[in-house]
Amino acid sequence: MAFARAKRSVLPGFGLSLGFTLAYLSLIVLIPLSAAFIKTAGMSWAEFLEAVASPRVVASYKLSFGISLCAALINAFFGFILSWVLVRYTFPGQRLVDALVDLPFALPTAVAGIALSAIYARNGWVGTWLDPIWAKGVQELSSIVPWVDWPSWLGTKLAFDRPGIFIALTFIGLPFVVRTVQPVLAELEPDLEEAAATLGANRWQTMTKVILPELLPALITGFALAFARALGEYGSVVFIAGNQPLHSEITPLLIMTKLEQYDYRGATAIASVMLVTSFVLLLLINLLQKWSRRYYRV
Amino acid sequence: MSPRNIFIVALALGGAVAAFAKNVELLNVSYDPTREFYGDYNAAFAKYWKAKSGDTVTVKQSHGGSGKQARAVIDGQQADVVTLALAADINALYEVAKIVPPDWQGRLPNNSAPYTSTIVFLVRKGNPRHIKDWDDLVKPGVGVVTPNPKTSGGARWNYLAAWAYAVKKFGSEEKAKEFVGRLYRNVPVLDSGARGSTTTFVQREIGDVAIAWENEAFLALKEFGRDKFEIVVPSLSMLAEPTVSVVDKVAKKKGTEMVARAYLEYLYSDEGQDIAGRNFYRPRNEVIAAKYAGTFPQLELVTIDGAFGGWAKAHQAHFADGGTFDQIYLHK
Amino acid sequence: MAASVSTALADKRLPVRAAGPRVIRNPWWVRMLFMTTALTFVGCFLVLPLVAVFIEALRKGVGAYFGAFADPAAQSAIRLTLLTVAIVVPANLVFGVAASWCIAKFDFRGKSLLITLIDLPFAVSPVISGLIYVLVFGAQGWLGLYKNAENPSWPALAAWLNVHDFQIIFAVPGIVLATTFVTFPFVARELIPLMQAQGNDEEYAAITLGASGWQTFWKVTVPNIKWGLFYGVILCNARAMGEFGAVSVVSGHVRGETNTMPLHIEILYNEYNFVAAFAVSSLLALLALVTLVLKCFIEWRHAQAREA
Repeated sequence: MAFARAKRSVLPGFGLSLGFTLAYLSLIVLIPLSAAFIKTAGMSWAEFLEAVASPRVVASYKLSFGISLCAALINAFFGFILSWVLVRYTFPGQRLVDALVDLPFALPTAVAGIALSAIYARNGWVGTWLDPIWAKGVQELSSIVPWVDWPSWLGTKLAFDRPGIFIALTFIGLPFVVRTVQPVLAELEPDLEEAAATLGANRWQTMTKVILPELLPALITGFALAFARALGEYGSVVFIAGNQPLHSEITPLLIMTKLEQYDYRGATAIASVMLVTSFVLLLLINLLQKWSRRYYRV
Repeated sequence: MSPRNIFIVALALGGAVAAFAKNVELLNVSYDPTREFYGDYNAAFAKYWKAKSGDTVTVKQSHGGSGKQARAVIDGQQADVVTLALAADINALYEVAKIVPPDWQGRLPNNSAPYTSTIVFLVRKGNPRHIKDWDDLVKPGVGVVTPNPKTSGGARWNYLAAWAYAVKKFGSEEKAKEFVGRLYRNVPVLDSGARGSTTTFVQREIGDVAIAWENEAFLALKEFGRDKFEIVVPSLSMLAEPTVSVVDKVAKKKGTEMVARAYLEYLYSDEGQDIAGRNFYRPRNEVIAAKYAGTFPQLELVTIDGAFGGWAKAHQAHFADGGTFDQIYLHK
Repeated sequence: MAASVSTALADKRLPVRAAGPRVIRNPWWVRMLFMTTALTFVGCFLVLPLVAVFIEALRKGVGAYFGAFADPAAQSAIRLTLLTVAIVVPANLVFGVAASWCIAKFDFRGKSLLITLIDLPFAVSPVISGLIYVLVFGAQGWLGLYKNAENPSWPALAAWLNVHDFQIIFAVPGIVLATTFVTFPFVARELIPLMQAQGNDEEYAAITLGASGWQTFWKVTVPNIKWGLFYGVILCNARAMGEFGAVSVVSGHVRGETNTMPLHIEILYNEYNFVAAFAVSSLLALLALVTLVLKCFIEWRHAQAREA
């Protein structure tokens, strides 16, 4: 593909910045990553299929993609509200909350997993009262809607089951949304909103027709990054997932099990499948975002 | 003595002193549960080596999962010696990277395994579930904590011990698979490593019994209190033989072959064996073992070679993709 | 973006903190709802884990807490982490600015693809991020095979490599590389949406008024993207310090030598030394508060500059 320049700009530095970007990208990311693909390419087709399409691996894809999606959606929603509150309102302790947002990055993932499992396990602070509620809720749901196997979908406990994975993935993805939306929101001119208000728009209209379109690209970016990060996460999840084969075993854990058997090819094969999938997803999201920007700007 | 001779003597002396004051550094790449043991042993060896040769030897330690550590050495970690959980992991050093000779295991006594351990149960104080043997682990409602044998070397011993027991009791591999399948159905959490598993049992209060290395179980008692947990010894278990070897290629390059060899040989000395016993490993030396007889109960022990035909075979049958461990989950 | 034209070039506002004029305020119940939701979420997902870390760290008192930092291995881990960050963050910062400049300011084909490639490291499982460097630099990897080859392509290079025998993985360079990979997208990802939202108008104006490219960049663009840059660096820094999975694969785990803070924490935890493990963790958690201090500092500097 060509990074061809479509139209001339008066701004300088295109060649320099693009050249540097591509060189750095190749050195740090593309060449090393290609090593994984080349390793995978050494496999025969049958070996490859066996590595990436065995029932356990397929179950783990469904689990990893499903829960990462849920966690990223929740993060997009709450992350938006949180960044709104942080930028637009003043309240005591606001700066402290602002600072806390980076915690999931600064805390090593293993520590996060241990801390979260200590909180949400049945003998933890939140787990002592929330865990029975969750178990009961799932039970109730099964009696109301009996044709769905709720316990296997939602798990029967918080920590060491599927909800634990969700909690961990939500935790690690949160900063992505907040930190991409926050600067855009901070730079958003109040003039726009004032103009909309002056022109007779009510607050709801201003929010949905003026502010949200402005924030949408950042929000989508944040969502996509939180999702991508959640897919690959290993350290925090293994401490809280329970890791039951076919039920709460995430794909990165299976990559680890391959590595433990000196099966570098099997490991890189699964990794390549995940990588290609998330690459396509990210690409689609980026195209969608480009489209949304163009659409709203006209 | 002429000034010239004095000069020569001084030079020679200086040279000798320089030779004596050599600082040697060894890197011992080991697995997780040996931290405390090698912490003590390294100090003892440094003292012994200083007295013997005058050199100061510093041993640096690297710990991690046994398989992961072996992989690191294969990929270029500059280890002078490896002290790993399984002979299979050192075999890989030969098979994949040819950095140890094929006959490495015959170079030291007892198949290069200077100390042994076994698999026991850790239960909560008073043993409320009355767990006595492997049979009690498959009873409905008993929570068993053991790590994932696919990611943890220790967990493979646990798995094989249960398997060996079932084969002896029921007499067939088919029954053994069913038995182990029932056991794993009682496992609420499959941690990725042995210590994670202990923590789940101890800190999160999950499960009624944890299957663990004997030395780990003793360490847990020491760290978390004898008033909270007790050790139950099953009627039959595995003889775990952690093996050691010099990594010839690296030691040769670094010029540390001699001290590396001495380091491993000293593990078999009275002092080395005593330190092993103190750190809850079963000593090979019978005199020292007698000293610790009170700590280590006698039980029927089977070896990996005897019961499973060696690690390679055991791995292929049970832990490789599609092996019995995968099967018990896929067809439950 | 029509609005940015109206802003004078030199006058860069602070982020909107006040609730703004009455007309663009949300009704009180909406504000309450937003605040309650946001704070509950923060409470469950951020405050509780932080509190848990500190409670565990202080379980045996303040003495034991500070004792954890007296350990030479802990200090060497802290030093190594700081060294890594000191290399990784500036490198990714320069890259992030260059990438966002060409992506946000120019139109070219394949832009979405380029952005996606930049995002890629986020989607790679940390274990694999480490493994790829092992595959390239390991003894069984490309470099190792090249060095041990019978007839290497450039014999002189192979000989030179064998003589000097650089240790890349299981040593500091490997840790730096893996960390760079993991934190690669942060700055670029912060800046791209922000610069795209701002448009090019101000830069056009500056160029038209006769400013040079660098002048425009330093005087117009940088003040505009200040907050994005700031968050990018903070996130990159936080993640670089906290990264565990990738570094764990390329580090030799030698105590006092190739252990970063997260690896040291793992060791302590595995030694059942929970207090020390959580004490070192709390140090990393406190990092989050560095954001607070820096942000106040930047705002203060800003206010000073405006007064002058």
